[in-house]
Amino acid sequence: MLRLSEVDVSYGMVGALRHVSMDVREGEIVALLGANGAGKTTTLRAISGVVRPASGSIEFEGAPIDGLSPERIVSLGIVQAPEGRQVFPELSAKENLLIGTYSRRDRARIPQDFARVYEHFPVLKERETQPAGTLSGGEQQMLAIGRALMASPKVLLLDEPSLGLAPMVTRQIFQIIKALNAEGTTILLVEQNARLALAASDRAYILETGSVVLSGPSDELLESEEVKRSYLGGGARGRGA
Amino acid sequence: MFWQQVVSGLSAGCLYALAALGLVLIYRTMEIVNFAHGEMAMISTFVAYTLLVRAGLPYILAMLSALAFAFIFGMVVERVFLRPIQEGPLVSMMIMTLGLFMVFNGAAGWIWGFDPVSFPYAVRGRPLLIGDIIVTRDSLLVLAVTVIMAGALYLALRFTMAGIAIRATSQNPRAARLMGVPVPKVYAITWGISAVLGAVAGILIAPTTFLSPSMMAEVQIKAFTAAVLGGFSSLPGAVVGGLLLGVLENLVAGYISTQLKSTFAFALIVIVLLIRPSGIMGTTERRKV
Repeated sequence: MLRLSEVDVSYGMVGALRHVSMDVREGEIVALLGANGAGKTTTLRAISGVVRPASGSIEFEGAPIDGLSPERIVSLGIVQAPEGRQVFPELSAKENLLIGTYSRRDRARIPQDFARVYEHFPVLKERETQPAGTLSGGEQQMLAIGRALMASPKVLLLDEPSLGLAPMVTRQIFQIIKALNAEGTTILLVEQNARLALAASDRAYILETGSVVLSGPSDELLESEEVKRSYLGGGARGRGA
Repeated sequence: MFWQQVVSGLSAGCLYALAALGLVLIYRTMEIVNFAHGEMAMISTFVAYTLLVRAGLPYILAMLSALAFAFIFGMVVERVFLRPIQEGPLVSMMIMTLGLFMVFNGAAGWIWGFDPVSFPYAVRGRPLLIGDIIVTRDSLLVLAVTVIMAGALYLALRFTMAGIAIRATSQNPRAARLMGVPVPKVYAITWGISAVLGAVAGILIAPTTFLSPSMMAEVQIKAFTAAVLGGFSSLPGAVVGGLLLGVLENLVAGYISTQLKSTFAFALIVIVLLIRPSGIMGTTERRKV
């Protein structure tokens, strides 16, 4: 469904991604793991069209999308809930959700999607008229995901949804991610919390300094000695989260 | 005497408010100060004049065409002169608008001449007497137009999808882009709206100042004062600032000296910046520039 082949991205003289290849199939949750600065966010930025690959190609449903504008990519059905939530602080929660519908042509279906978002995140309904900046961290994350859902994505890109959240809120968010996937939304999940992401995903790619170093089914990666050592912090504790 | 000065001041204040709204709209969205705002308004006013007097179009048609011109003119200025340097430092965009100020001024003089020509009032007729205050029909029109323009801007920003997109873009252009908002288009439209607001101010003030390439010099400074007074990032602040400035300077002219009228605007900028740098309704923002 979404395929990156040999993608290179550089910021000025610094190479940020080198020959990154990966694919996301319809209906999957794919996790993209790695340390800070490994290139996870850059990969999402390349998919969303915010940065252009220097070489390589990105295809969505068989057609190349690299070189398209970010707004065009959103209207094709690839939508991102960016790192750090990035809600519009002075807009109300409802207006934030409305912005998600900006590029949609099937406006008749918007009320239905409002209902769906409010069903997954009832708290957003309560906060509807509140400026997004006054919401708690967890609520803002829900709003960021809800806003992306309002764009009616085929593939939802989630960048560090657990960042800065309490464990309980994180668990709640991950339950919702799985529920959204069960409803048919394909998900590419970027996470620093490898244990959590591997437990929630079908397959995973691990990035190190801009290149894919490991990939495979998530349950296998969870058991792999190398992953335990480098990403799960010791590995003795087995599968938590 | 006092209320007469206040009422006369309000009419001038409306014009400052309209011009200031255009400045603040661009500042809020892109964080740049458009020094060419007044000169762009002047050019649109010359276009109105050309359509009205030289081409002989009916008043309403000439003005609406001039506003349509202003909208496109604003979008073109953004597209041609600012978008190419958007990735650069904000300061270069400001210098660009400063350069455009000089270029537009010279170009207008070259096309239409530097000598002031008279520009017709939209409405004529005897001034009205309300209580014991004399109100000209023109100043009533100015008031009505300002209320309509400011009200339309408020409603559009508040309730339309395009308005929400403009507000979202001004708060976080990157996130707006990721949500499918065509940010470059939003910037262009913002410049178009701003130019229309300026053009309305220009058309309404031209009958009093006469039409010339330097006609907006004073209004531009007053618009800056109004914007600073209101907080530069607040649209309601721009309106309040404009009205306040119009009234205050008229009181200064009436009770102290007419010659101090313009000095007062500068003094007010200095005083406001010293006492309350964020203006009446602005929020303190220390970013970028």
